[in-house]
Amino acid sequence: MSLLEIKNLKVRVEDREILKGINLTLNAGEVHSIMGPNGSGKSTLAQVLARRENYEITGGEVLFNGKDLLAMKPEEAACEGLFLAFQYPVEIPGISNAYFLRSALNAIRKYRGQEEMDAMDFLPKLREKLKLLEMDDKLLNRSVNEAFSGGEKKRNEILQMAVLEPKLAILDETDSGLDIDALRIVAQGVNAMRSPERTILVVTHYQRLLNYIVPDRVHVLVDGRIVRSGGPELALQLEEGGYADINSASRGASPA
Amino acid sequence: MGNSKVATATQSLQNYEQSFGGFEKSAASRELSWLRKLRQDGFARFSETGFPTLRDEDWRFTNVSAISQTPFRLVRNGHSLPSREDIEPFRIPDVGCRLVFVDGRFAPNLSSTGKLAPGVTVGNLGGAIARNPGAIELHLGRYLNLQRDAFGALNTAFLEDGGYVHIAKGVVAEEPISLLFISTAHDSPTVSHPRNLIVAEENSQATIVEDYVSLGGGEALCNTVTELVAGDHSVVSHYMIEREHSRAFNVSTLRIQQGRTADVASHSVLIGGALVRNNVHPVLAGEGGECLINGLFIGTGRQHLDNYMLVEHASPHCSSRQFYNGILDGHAHGVFHGRIIVHKDAQKTDAKQTNRNLLISDSAQIDTKPQLEIYADDVKCTHGATIGQIDENSLFYLRSRGIDEASARTLLLVAFASECVERMKEGPVRTHVEKLVSEHALRLADHSLGAGGKR
Repeated sequence: MSLLEIKNLKVRVEDREILKGINLTLNAGEVHSIMGPNGSGKSTLAQVLARRENYEITGGEVLFNGKDLLAMKPEEAACEGLFLAFQYPVEIPGISNAYFLRSALNAIRKYRGQEEMDAMDFLPKLREKLKLLEMDDKLLNRSVNEAFSGGEKKRNEILQMAVLEPKLAILDETDSGLDIDALRIVAQGVNAMRSPERTILVVTHYQRLLNYIVPDRVHVLVDGRIVRSGGPELALQLEEGGYADINSASRGASPA
Repeated sequence: MGNSKVATATQSLQNYEQSFGGFEKSAASRELSWLRKLRQDGFARFSETGFPTLRDEDWRFTNVSAISQTPFRLVRNGHSLPSREDIEPFRIPDVGCRLVFVDGRFAPNLSSTGKLAPGVTVGNLGGAIARNPGAIELHLGRYLNLQRDAFGALNTAFLEDGGYVHIAKGVVAEEPISLLFISTAHDSPTVSHPRNLIVAEENSQATIVEDYVSLGGGEALCNTVTELVAGDHSVVSHYMIEREHSRAFNVSTLRIQQGRTADVASHSVLIGGALVRNNVHPVLAGEGGECLINGLFIGTGRQHLDNYMLVEHASPHCSSRQFYNGILDGHAHGVFHGRIIVHKDAQKTDAKQTNRNLLISDSAQIDTKPQLEIYADDVKCTHGATIGQIDENSLFYLRSRGIDEASARTLLLVAFASECVERMKEGPVRTHVEKLVSEHALRLADHSLGAGGKR
């Protein structure tokens, strides 16, 4: 059974149709990438999957682990094993990063009928993940993302992913705003989490990140539709020719 | 209609006259002429002004007609005291020194000062006046400005008991000193006028908590005045916690007199009461003084929580910091009035004021008003106010990590409140406040979800 099945998904924001019938199937253990120009609907797709409520779904369905994802609240989707690394991580003054992470982990554990973790058991686990992402311990006691640099925020997203161990991780433009060192660290964190049980969907504008996180499949999203799908070489092709090229080449052709 | 209002006001004033007449004849230490005069001056001033109205600039946002039109009865002797078990829930864990006042009157059997360090005096004001009138006369009524405030004048008229704390020169009182004021239920509405005097002599240090609670559901007015004298180089933390029930009226005035380089923090936490007016009035009278005025008010239902800050810079090189955060739900109405006066000689004043508000229902209301009066020319004064709602992005972010909506809202409310809590020194009082605030935030979040989540 596939982990995520998107069938003819159509989404509107106000009067504009953003997604015009997306079909996509992800199997357990696979890494897929969705690439596309600005405004093509990439982030909308990511947000809809994470169950942000500001979108109107006008058609289609999404099955996550065989369950109706579009009927879930954001917290239910998270507890079922879906994780979104935000393009713009939110700053939350007054809540420490460590407390936030433990609250999230325990909410998920509770949902799954597991025992909650106390601070004593949680901290060593957290420290181990911090090391993987080369993050400073001090970031744990600071408020969530508050006054973090762009790179620290993105690493913090991957740290959350590492702690919550989702079945499906969606990375929404995690590469944007990162210098090459930070990019390498983030990719290293993601790669360390690749496993036969975990599916990763990398949403990006640029091919750069895909040098480090090599996908099994690449899909090109243009104007709310997937216009082409292929192997990792498709990303390279895009890097050279740009989206305009793909767009014209695929016009009239049915998406793979 | 105008006539009937006048009639009611006259009626109300006659009630107070009668009440004062009776009180004067039986008041403790009435043989002291200075005390008699203080009370009489208080009542004379109150008779002149009557209760404030909305036309009064300082009371624009707060209608006190519910107070002025209620025939409150002064509770004197002969009522039954609550038991130790009754008041156990109000205990602040790890605070050993606690004086208890029931309807404004000292309850020695419920009080315990624990082991006090030498040089620390904690007792009731009535007893202190009887024992050592000279020491009390030196300070009592010297700082409160009767002209300004009818409630302060009324309190002075009926002044009889309250807390008395004296910290001798150079003494550090390590343990917090708690004053618990309990309003109990009676057949008819009652009033009490607790009067507190706190004197921290030169180079001393102390933490004092005033805690207002109620037992039973009767209508009651608690009209308090505290005069806090912070001597040169002293360090004083003062806490005011209002957690009375939803039929309580509470008017309190904290008048702080600061000496040279004295460092005073006033923390107010308002979560209870139907109509609450919280006056904080520090005067930075000595050079180099520092004052922190920190507050948190959380209102739900039809609560009205009014915070009136008046910070007077009277000497050079003083700094004051005002931070007030408000959270308002239901039909609650919050007020923040932040007035800063910089007197002519108070050069190099550094005064800052920030009021941040979170409205979590469409019917909640906040009035926030800064007011700067600057008569010196070399000063730094800033003020700012914000009004917002729970941030939808933050809410989604928390939920996307598996935290359910009610818990996410609670977390965000606690986070907003924690800005104020974090300005309190770590210790039993802060821990106690943290607990009160998070319990309250939880109820608020559950409630606002139950009402359809809003927006």
